[in-house]
Amino acid sequence: MQKITRDQLITKAVELLSNGTVSAVLGWQKGEFDYDITPAVFTTEEEIKNNFVYNDFCGANFSKYLVAKTKKLEGKILVFLKPCDTYSFNQLLTEHRFDREKVYAVAIGCEGMADVVKLKNKVDGIISIDYKDDAMYVDTLYDGTVKVDYADVLAERCINCKSKKCVAYDELMGEDGEVIDSARFDEVARLEAMTPDERFAFWQNELSRCIRCNACRDACPACTCEKCVFDNPNSGVENKAPANSFEEQMFHIIRAYHVAGRCTDCGECSRVCPQNIPLHLLNRKFIKDINECYGEYQAGAEVGSRAPLVDYTEGDLEPGEVFERGDNNA
Amino acid sequence: MRKLSLENINKLFAAVAEDKTLYLPVDQSDGSAKYSKWAEGTVWSNALNTVRSPKDLFFPQTEDLMEFKTEGKNIEVIDIRKESEDFVIFGVRACDVKSFEVLDRVFLSEPVDSYYASRREHAVIVSLACSRPSETCFCTTFGIDAINPEGDVSAWKTATDIYFKANTEKGEEFLASIEALTEESDDTAVNEQKAKTADIMKKLPLADLTTDSFGGGKTEELWNNPVWDEFSQTCLGCGTCTFVCPTCQCYDIKDFDTGNGVIRYRCWDSCMYSEFTRMAHGNNRLTQKERFRQRFMHKLVYYPENNGGLFSCVGCGRCLSKCPISMNIAKVMRKIGGDK
Amino acid sequence: MQMKEYKPLIVAFCCNWCSYAGADLAGNNRLNYPADVKIIRVPCSCRVNPMFILRAFQRGADGVILCGCHPGDCHYTSGNYYTRRRMAMLFSMLDYLGIERERTRVEWVSAAEGAKFAATMNDFVAQVTALGENKRLEDLRCKR
Repeated sequence: MQKITRDQLITKAVELLSNGTVSAVLGWQKGEFDYDITPAVFTTEEEIKNNFVYNDFCGANFSKYLVAKTKKLEGKILVFLKPCDTYSFNQLLTEHRFDREKVYAVAIGCEGMADVVKLKNKVDGIISIDYKDDAMYVDTLYDGTVKVDYADVLAERCINCKSKKCVAYDELMGEDGEVIDSARFDEVARLEAMTPDERFAFWQNELSRCIRCNACRDACPACTCEKCVFDNPNSGVENKAPANSFEEQMFHIIRAYHVAGRCTDCGECSRVCPQNIPLHLLNRKFIKDINECYGEYQAGAEVGSRAPLVDYTEGDLEPGEVFERGDNNA
Repeated sequence: MRKLSLENINKLFAAVAEDKTLYLPVDQSDGSAKYSKWAEGTVWSNALNTVRSPKDLFFPQTEDLMEFKTEGKNIEVIDIRKESEDFVIFGVRACDVKSFEVLDRVFLSEPVDSYYASRREHAVIVSLACSRPSETCFCTTFGIDAINPEGDVSAWKTATDIYFKANTEKGEEFLASIEALTEESDDTAVNEQKAKTADIMKKLPLADLTTDSFGGGKTEELWNNPVWDEFSQTCLGCGTCTFVCPTCQCYDIKDFDTGNGVIRYRCWDSCMYSEFTRMAHGNNRLTQKERFRQRFMHKLVYYPENNGGLFSCVGCGRCLSKCPISMNIAKVMRKIGGDK
Repeated sequence: MQMKEYKPLIVAFCCNWCSYAGADLAGNNRLNYPADVKIIRVPCSCRVNPMFILRAFQRGADGVILCGCHPGDCHYTSGNYYTRRRMAMLFSMLDYLGIERERTRVEWVSAAEGAKFAATMNDFVAQVTALGENKRLEDLRCKR
């Protein structure tokens, strides 16, 4: 359960809106059910009081919205950022994707977000959710009230949370945390230990489910090209649907490659995938490789750092040596 | 009404698969269900519905239409159409059965889409009544009866048995082909279950959603509704809603240069994409607001206007559970005035 | 029907300033290397982006080799340093997806190394021939 409450955020938003610090608020709007929460831009106190919500299903990363929302904005926009969102925020600033002056960032401590898919796999017919200290109590159509432990529905990305530290903000609500020594690369290492045939079978099974909805790309805070190469009819690779396994592979390799060294590992790609493809495992592979070959690097940890793939040293390892890492790690 | 014990369901699948290809929902490694070809050992999923809709089987995401081979200055046009094989889709929910009617109006009206028509002719649809609808279900809003699904054959599954009733000639034939496995039965158990499900249907959170504010002739009234501005603000512009939708039927036709010829193919398109209906002069809809509006106006206004009041949404709830930002048609309808 | 001897199709991206000149020298010196190697000249090895490599496979290549100036000798000072990092990451990713690591290679060949160019190509062709046809990263439409 989140320590920061909806009421605290509403009070903060209303205060900043009414004293003129900001002219708009990027926040969460309640939905039909307790878990289908939509990011929304609020501009009046009334809207905020009626529709603003904050609970364990507010997982969306708001940083990317700032690129579009600050463009024609008069005044400032208030944005609420969870620790992982602050990394994306910094990364976008590093890439000069929005005007810092137009944003009032409030970082909020995070206890980890819930995964709707996990919840729905446990409970059928969710009517409403009551967030109590020990667990969520889900009122259902079929089984009455069901107690669900927060840990059982914690999102994968939060189980392997890399940091609870807020790295960018104008104001902090709640407690700041620390960078966590997470086990996020374990799954990548498990795949690396497989034989090539097993890995190929694993990825064919995963990627063959892709429907090419582009949600992974569109939700990704690092994917901010004005025109994606896969949308550009003149690029020669534009495609609206994967015609075969090659196109599935190409899209996902290039998508992950293009954010290599810039990906903060926020996990949005996997969260939004309607087919539950573990896309973060592609991104984490790059992060792990970069860490091992070119030294530890966390995108977004600070503004202005140079991404590893636009940098070099004279002693870098050769492409052929990438498979024989071990003693000669840089 | 014919009855079969669920213990023998695999015998039925085997019998059907002997002379026809059989597709049914099967659980995937990620826990979701998908329409898959039956083979010995395949287990029928218990899931309420699949992530991808059964429209895939009639209107696949990508499909080659024809081929060109070039040699010197000669171009050879190759018709690669094949007569579809006979197939059975088993366990289609009422909402998805209705979606075929929506697609039929598009693909089977003149000029008839022969690729689609061929598959449609060769298919037998065995529908399955719902007994555990989800909170995201709202098929009743569009007048669909989840407990009495249409299709060539309707089926009802109880805890121990499955019951069949034929609705069409194709359905009669299907039941005749499995007659040896099934036995005649009255409909007491089915009626009992129907009554139970009907009670649940009334309690669904979206049961009060209505289409009163929508339909043909509402274009001018709804075009400038502030909802489009407000709700499209955070739309990512991905194609999830359109690709999981059982009724979305827009496609694009493209040429793929193979290096020694050209394959002309079509693939699903999404009105959420910036390249949707791009023409020589550029795009019709330049902002996400316009694209967002297009999707909902098409489903709730334009389509019924052209198709005798039939809405092109069947309330299956796929977009409700799959949208990355949880924006969906139910929210739009509520906002505009879908509350009873 | 007689089985045709399998000959792999190899795409070699060669930088204009070193490796392409190296290939030239190999030709001038009448050094043998298989005709199955198709050379694509690029201004610098760092012009090759990952998409080029994937597209080569799509179009039927069984192996892709990228040749550039030796590190430190880049005509544009630092291009090949970037190449080195990029390709290391790409090859590692391809390997992660289960695609044979022997199908890709980066080799530094200077304008004076005609012999090295021919030897590299002979070696690479032999390596890919041993692997056989590219199946894991193929686009069947291009083989019709």
